[in-house]
Amino acid sequence: MNEPSASEYSAENAPQLTPELALANLQSPDLSLRYYAAWWLGKFRVSHPDVVDALIAALEDEADRTEMGGYPLRRNAARALGKLGDAKAIPGLIKSLECHDFYVREAAAQSLQKLRDKTAAPALIKMLDGGVAQAVQVMGRPHLTQPYEAVIEALGAIGATEAISLISPFLEHEVPGVQCAAARAMYQLTQDPVYGDRLVKTLSSSDLKLRRLVLTDLGAIGYMAAAEAIAIAQVENSFKLIALKGLLEHQLIPELDVLSVSDNAIQVMNLMDSLL
Amino acid sequence: MTDELIRAVAQADTPANMVTAVQNLAAAKDVAAIPTLIAVFGYNNPSAATVAAAALTEMGEIAVPQLLSQIDDYNYGARAYSIRTLAAIADPRAIDVLITAAATDFAPSVRRAAAKGLGNLHWHKLEPADRETALKKALETLLFISQDSEWSIRYAAVVGLQALAKIPDLQQPIRTRLDQMLATDDEKAIRARVQLAI
Repeated sequence: MNEPSASEYSAENAPQLTPELALANLQSPDLSLRYYAAWWLGKFRVSHPDVVDALIAALEDEADRTEMGGYPLRRNAARALGKLGDAKAIPGLIKSLECHDFYVREAAAQSLQKLRDKTAAPALIKMLDGGVAQAVQVMGRPHLTQPYEAVIEALGAIGATEAISLISPFLEHEVPGVQCAAARAMYQLTQDPVYGDRLVKTLSSSDLKLRRLVLTDLGAIGYMAAAEAIAIAQVENSFKLIALKGLLEHQLIPELDVLSVSDNAIQVMNLMDSLL
Repeated sequence: MTDELIRAVAQADTPANMVTAVQNLAAAKDVAAIPTLIAVFGYNNPSAATVAAAALTEMGEIAVPQLLSQIDDYNYGARAYSIRTLAAIADPRAIDVLITAAATDFAPSVRRAAAKGLGNLHWHKLEPADRETALKKALETLLFISQDSEWSIRYAAVVGLQALAKIPDLQQPIRTRLDQMLATDDEKAIRARVQLAI
């Protein structure tokens, strides 16, 4: 990424915002205030309908451009809309999948993953056109032709089983993160433990960043058989706790609000306790 | 003998050699090794740190004064190992350090370790008058951080409160707070952990 990530904003150097002010700032003549406001509204999950509408409008912004032709405000608006969880954003996000700024497409795919709406499937599938052969590094840029990880993860999250045959070749893509995304989606779409076990095996990779990434994947798919392997992985406890929380939440889905917890859930919580 | 083992830790030139050197030092079970074992927490070598923490925990009370005085204020990774070790030894002399860490440390790993530890101290080792004050402070701290915005801190607070509820006098306020969390916490994982606790 060639722009500041959210975590680099610190409370001291940031303007003090309220939801009203942030909403107004989305129209500010100062483009940096617009950019910051879009991030802020997502970060603090200000899901007021007026905010959602303003962020959807910001997906079409033409004012804020980088020297490379990127759209910083569109990127932040797309990210924020994923956090706000309003289905009204779906058509705009689907349209953003065609933006020529890679990072807008990536943010839109990530947000569509969060919104889990099947209507996004055809547009996401189209991004896999050309298969693995087309999924190569763009000359001089730190990314592939499409945000494959985000696209494949989104297809898995929305249950697009029609994409299985298109996703499965990406299990052999040369980028480990793309392989992981494919294994994660294949597990979600087929429930075949072969794909969960592939992720578990990657937990012993020598690459710490990859091990962290795999923990996120295992948490997202709630792969119960990975519980012990997660607990002993060579990764900081914070990442392990988030992954185990994902497993736990999958165990709780059928019994939400019932005053009992399953043996699997208890096993996960015991592991979490040991990581405190 | 121990001097040589300590030197071997200082001279370890690869992460794997460091782990071996710390294992050898730990096996000596010598109080002279305590400062070196604590220093290992700061070497950014999780395997070695885990061995050192286990060795210090096994030494128990005798390691507590140095664990308390040698907490690294500038390295939160090292600090988390110190707090975890103090929590595992459970000597109540650690209470003030655990309270400060649970309530005010910026690092979640440190706060979680302290929260869990606050529930499990060996309270019976305190004089009755000190015991009452200590329990009150531990309870107040855990109730306070059970309202943290970060889910993993609330999770650790529940674990601490569950352990603290072994003290009969504290059961009522703890139960009240857990019932409240069960009704209001927006994280399913937290509500599940509360269910396990009550």
